[in-house]
Amino acid sequence: MLALLIARLGQAVLVMLAVSAVAFGMFRFVGDPVSALSRENATVEEKQELREALGLERPVLVQYAGFLGRIVQGDFGISYRNQRPVAALIAERLPATLELVLVATVLSLALGIPLGVLCALKPDGIAARLVQAVSLIGISTPTFVTGIVLILTFAVTLGLLPSFGRGETVQIGPWSTGLLTLSGLKALILPSITLALYQLTLIMRLVRSELIDVLSSDYIRFARARGLSTRHIHFTLALRNALMPVITVTGLQIGSLIAFAIVTETVFQWPGMGLLFIQAVSFSDVPVMAAYLLFVGLLFVLINTAVDLLYALVDPRLRVRS
Amino acid sequence: MSAPAPILAIDRLRIEYPLADGGVLTAVEGATLSIAPGEIHALVGESGAGKTTIGNAVLGLLEKPGRIASGTIALDGQPFDPQKPGAVRLGRDIGAVFQDPMTSLNPLFTVESQIVETLRAHLPLDRAAARARALELLKAVGIPEPERRLSAYPHQLSGGQRQRVVIACALACEPRLLVADEPTTALDVSIQAQILDLLRGLADERGIGILLVTHNMGVVAQIADTVTIMHRGHIVESGPVAQVLRNPQADYAKALIGAVPRIDIRLDRFPMLDGANQAEAGAARDQLRAKALAVGDPSPGRDVPLLSVDDLCVDYGAGFLAGRGACAFRAVGGVSFEIRRGEVFGLVGESGCGKTTIANVVAGLRAPTGGTIRFDGQVIAGAEAAPRKGKARRAIQMIFQDPYSSLNARMRVGRILAEPILFYELARTRAEAEADVGLLIEAVGLPAEAAQRFPHAFSGGQRQRLSIARALGARPRLIVCDEPTSSLDVSVQAQILNLLKDLRDATGLTLLLISHDLAVIRQMCDRVAVMRAGRIVEMAAAETLFTAPQADYTRQLLSLVPTLERIRGEV
Repeated sequence: MLALLIARLGQAVLVMLAVSAVAFGMFRFVGDPVSALSRENATVEEKQELREALGLERPVLVQYAGFLGRIVQGDFGISYRNQRPVAALIAERLPATLELVLVATVLSLALGIPLGVLCALKPDGIAARLVQAVSLIGISTPTFVTGIVLILTFAVTLGLLPSFGRGETVQIGPWSTGLLTLSGLKALILPSITLALYQLTLIMRLVRSELIDVLSSDYIRFARARGLSTRHIHFTLALRNALMPVITVTGLQIGSLIAFAIVTETVFQWPGMGLLFIQAVSFSDVPVMAAYLLFVGLLFVLINTAVDLLYALVDPRLRVRS
Repeated sequence: MSAPAPILAIDRLRIEYPLADGGVLTAVEGATLSIAPGEIHALVGESGAGKTTIGNAVLGLLEKPGRIASGTIALDGQPFDPQKPGAVRLGRDIGAVFQDPMTSLNPLFTVESQIVETLRAHLPLDRAAARARALELLKAVGIPEPERRLSAYPHQLSGGQRQRVVIACALACEPRLLVADEPTTALDVSIQAQILDLLRGLADERGIGILLVTHNMGVVAQIADTVTIMHRGHIVESGPVAQVLRNPQADYAKALIGAVPRIDIRLDRFPMLDGANQAEAGAARDQLRAKALAVGDPSPGRDVPLLSVDDLCVDYGAGFLAGRGACAFRAVGGVSFEIRRGEVFGLVGESGCGKTTIANVVAGLRAPTGGTIRFDGQVIAGAEAAPRKGKARRAIQMIFQDPYSSLNARMRVGRILAEPILFYELARTRAEAEADVGLLIEAVGLPAEAAQRFPHAFSGGQRQRLSIARALGARPRLIVCDEPTSSLDVSVQAQILNLLKDLRDATGLTLLLISHDLAVIRQMCDRVAVMRAGRIVEMAAAETLFTAPQADYTRQLLSLVPTLERIRGEV
């Protein structure tokens, strides 16, 4: 297990180095920082001074090492637009996105797995056919359409739920949570459904096809031949085998939910990372974009590492032989 | 065999599969058989004969929409419907052992958990008592270090140990009857011998009746008391093993038994179940030979070996970034042999001995770690080998084990066969290539219209013929055959082996034949090398090797092969 952990961490460091190189490249290629920072009528000498002050005269590798040194210390620079430290901006927005993604993931697992099992065990039942048909709509409708339709129905027409924002939040240390107030919870419902819908469909279909495969496997036939109860075979034996790939997919999906919650956050004006990023892009706010890139990279690396370790925990075949 | 009341009595059983078009496929028709306590009753036949269907029917595992249309199955005189829960319970009264021990056990659960859940499903035992019972069972089936194995996962056990665990599960609740469906087909001969001993012991000591479904006549001869031969859903012959195997009455039974490759004497050809169209194939083969000679290089004389392998080593898992705890596994270590022009050279050994690795290196699918291979005097593999292109690659072709996955399902046969011809520029035009394809199809004994069809329209044996035709299309001088008949029925195996022999004679080919089946090797090969754990333990002319084996390992292998000639109780 330790060797596996070390190997995975080594790979993670390599990936992060590559991502940081891309982030570093953004500063160099997306416009000249000197012209962005200096006054419009600055003289050539002033610009040269600024250039030296920023260390842009030094060799590229030295600059990159400096950049790495700063991010390791948590210094991502100052946002061009807000004139505030990028790290503070991200820390402020992170809880909103994480809470949204957490609720969406729980929702998709809690509904996706039972529905998938239903479709696999009773493939010809009316319920299964209905679920299958609806899931097709779920997987093929773009997120912004789902979001707008939900807003139109529940916020505009029925007036039951808020159409934008996080509602009231409670500050617990550095974390602002919307899970503790009624308006915060109400505000979570529509965005989390919108975000969960695609993942729910994916998990449902995955569980269904995996379970159908597993149920026709030799070891399930052998379990039947041993006279075990159908309940035990389906829910204790087969489901565990069928959930193996679900772990991977859910892990990867959490990563992409966080990274690509942009559309949902824009539709619901959710004050999270995605909204921050969209605004940064429209203002060419390179420090924020670079920090976001690093953050998403780190997130994917962490999640993938966690998934691999979890996999080894669930599947004895992947554990190191003693 | 005038025993007390039979344990299992099957009476005029008829099993049907309703078809999509409203028709009915009868898989088994009027099958009647009975098994006495302590009797091993073998059910044999080729694929599609209905033998597994009967086994599944008894176990209540008929695949939907199959159903028992008429007839009865009775256990201890009590008729029961296996599909419905009733007085007779699967797992308690009837145990099952399946073919592949690698897939019969759930990979995510320990051995203990799988035995205990079986016990507790049927018997009122608490966890500790069930665990104690599980330990006893593991001891009974002869697993070494049973305490430690209890907490093992299936992947930590070898194939033979897994099959013992499967048998322990089947025996857990002391069933009266065991249905064993090809229980040793996936195992090596030495493991097979142990498992067969175990089954025989269970029948003798515990009086369990065993329904043994198998295609292997040698296994039948070795452990069964009674044998029933099936053909296309019907029972063609049934009786005591010695009587049926020595003196079969039905035509099909005679033909089936005749097609089993013999290990005691070498025959010129395998007896065929039905006469094949040999006449027109002969002309096509002569033309092929002429064409092969036209592109083939003139031989520098028969004394130079066609292929010479010198001190070949192949390691696995020693690459850069090979991952945790990677240490090189030496699959082949220091193997040297020569293949002469026009001979059939056999490579035989148990699984994992490195024979397939050698096939892959010779065919150029894998680079060796050390050593050299010379083909016709030129180095083709090893440190100083030139990249294998053009003529050197064309001259060595391969036939694979599984005819189902070795033909591209999305291409018509004509295109599959034309591909190597066009690739190696052996035909100037597409039309010329098509003419060659026609010749090839004829040479392997298939009808000309085969070119228009897709591989799924052919049976396993026909597909293997197509694989052979594809290999011949490149006009090779050496064909590497990796277990070419292992996934085929005996009668089809006989046809394919005859075809290879005929083609060898007609086109002057050289064959490297790789097999785990000693009988096949004996019938086919001029010289043989026996491999074990990556090394050659004995190499000799086939006749010498089989009549006077020198190495202990060879003798051991030969003594363990179940054969028709050694019938239980007679030796």
